[in-house]
Amino acid sequence: MADRSESVIEVDGRRIDLRNRPLAALLAWLLPGGGHFYQRRHAKGTLYLVCILTLWIVGFSIGGVHVVYASRHAGDHRWHYYLQIGAGAVALPALVQTRRINQYTSPRTGVTSDEYEPLWGGFMAPPHRPVSEEKTDQVSAWYARHGAGYEMGTWYTMIAGLLNLLVIYDAYAGPLGIPISGRKRKDEADTPAQIPS
Amino acid sequence: MLSISPTYLLYYVPLLVAISLVYGGTRHEDMRLVLRHAAYTAYWITAFMGLIFVVLLIMGLFV
Repeated sequence: MADRSESVIEVDGRRIDLRNRPLAALLAWLLPGGGHFYQRRHAKGTLYLVCILTLWIVGFSIGGVHVVYASRHAGDHRWHYYLQIGAGAVALPALVQTRRINQYTSPRTGVTSDEYEPLWGGFMAPPHRPVSEEKTDQVSAWYARHGAGYEMGTWYTMIAGLLNLLVIYDAYAGPLGIPISGRKRKDEADTPAQIPS
Repeated sequence: MLSISPTYLLYYVPLLVAISLVYGGTRHEDMRLVLRHAAYTAYWITAFMGLIFVVLLIMGLFV
């Protein structure tokens, strides 16, 4: 059995049991704040959950619910998704939609079949292909319809994913700058912090 | 002075709040310290953005 003291740190005068750190990190990725709830750090878990999911939902809404999708198709390499997926399970439906549209898109011509119908009313579905900057397509229609909201929605969801990376680190190792072992707790337990004159 | 609607600046508010609070949260465990750190971060980001704005504004006067 693992030494429990190795997962205990002290920050701001409080002892924190990080418990199973890899599991906490995984939970933190799946649901922002989830790892903190597992560690019984409920206040911070709630803070992260509210901040990140609110940012995500606001971004997703002002972008007309089309800003999150996964695509590596020619003309539409959606690199933003690599950051958006940092927010965890909320971005995973996009992978299911991508798998579906790929089944209806010819690898030779790159054109999506007319028989294609996205799941869930098009929630996180990639645009019909082909997509190119030279021609009018579904992406340009989304841009035209939502204007700055589409850009900002993309940024909001990307930043939500990036912020969750910080949260995952916090769940795994505690607040930044604090050693992940219990050494700091042991060292500082008997020695009060020295304030330089 | 601004080439966009000032209401676009409202996009900045949710970002500022979320980034400040999450960043503060990853530095402290005590919620009072988290909030204090968040306020400082928000102040710093706003000041930095304001500085950039002023620089661009001045540059715009000469171009």
